[in-house]
Amino acid sequence: MNVKCEIKDKILYVSLTGEIDHHSAVGIRNDIDREIYKHAPKCVILELSGVDFMDSSGLGLILGRYSKLSALGADLKIADPSPKTEEILRLAGIDRMIPIEKGVKRV
Amino acid sequence: MRKKEIPVNYFKAEFPSNSVNESFSRGICASFLASLDPTVSDLCDIRTAVSEAVTNSIVHGYGDAYGVVYITGETFSDGRVVIRIKDKGCGIANVKEAMKPLFTTDKSGDRAGMGFAIMKAFSDRLKVTSRPGKGTTVTIIKNVGKNGR
Repeated sequence: MNVKCEIKDKILYVSLTGEIDHHSAVGIRNDIDREIYKHAPKCVILELSGVDFMDSSGLGLILGRYSKLSALGADLKIADPSPKTEEILRLAGIDRMIPIEKGVKRV
Repeated sequence: MRKKEIPVNYFKAEFPSNSVNESFSRGICASFLASLDPTVSDLCDIRTAVSEAVTNSIVHGYGDAYGVVYITGETFSDGRVVIRIKDKGCGIANVKEAMKPLFTTDKSGDRAGMGFAIMKAFSDRLKVTSRPGKGTTVTIIKNVGKNGR
């Protein structure tokens, strides 16, 4: 799993590549949280087009970041999930809490 | 009594409850099913359901302590695939409650409680049997062969 981050105009772009499961989620969480505390962004965009597998551990990861960012007064957006990842996001009703955007540039 | 149906093909595997094996378990199931020429979507569904069940065994069943996860796969002539994931962990006191979406025993806020909901959505039939103190068996049934489409 690869986590790439870029900060621009107080927006933190996070591009994930690889598989998100319970095993990989801990490292991804630590990477993202470190960037959040370092930059205090007003918005985080989680770019998922490079994610070729995600299970409910990914949902936990996203929901955890969402509540963390909400507490800090910042927004979270999801960008370009694969059809299967989007199916899982919708199954959990995440799309009703967190906007899913298409065509966001990768970092 | 119904005669036990003989599978066309089967495998049995076991591995320690180390989270690194979540990926391994998805891999062996995908490899096992490759000969059935499944659709990408069916394969992804099974990989996801298996990952959920194995993660449950590791995180909940054994509570991140050492244990063994047992997995078997069977294919039948009608295109049915049966995958069983078994642990000898703490078991689930109330399976019905555990299967409700958003139910989780996790306190950290990093588990969504969607494991069983995803397993259910991504399989054609899901069976969960559990005894507290004895362990849990999850059976995932999906039609992936040509007859199943």
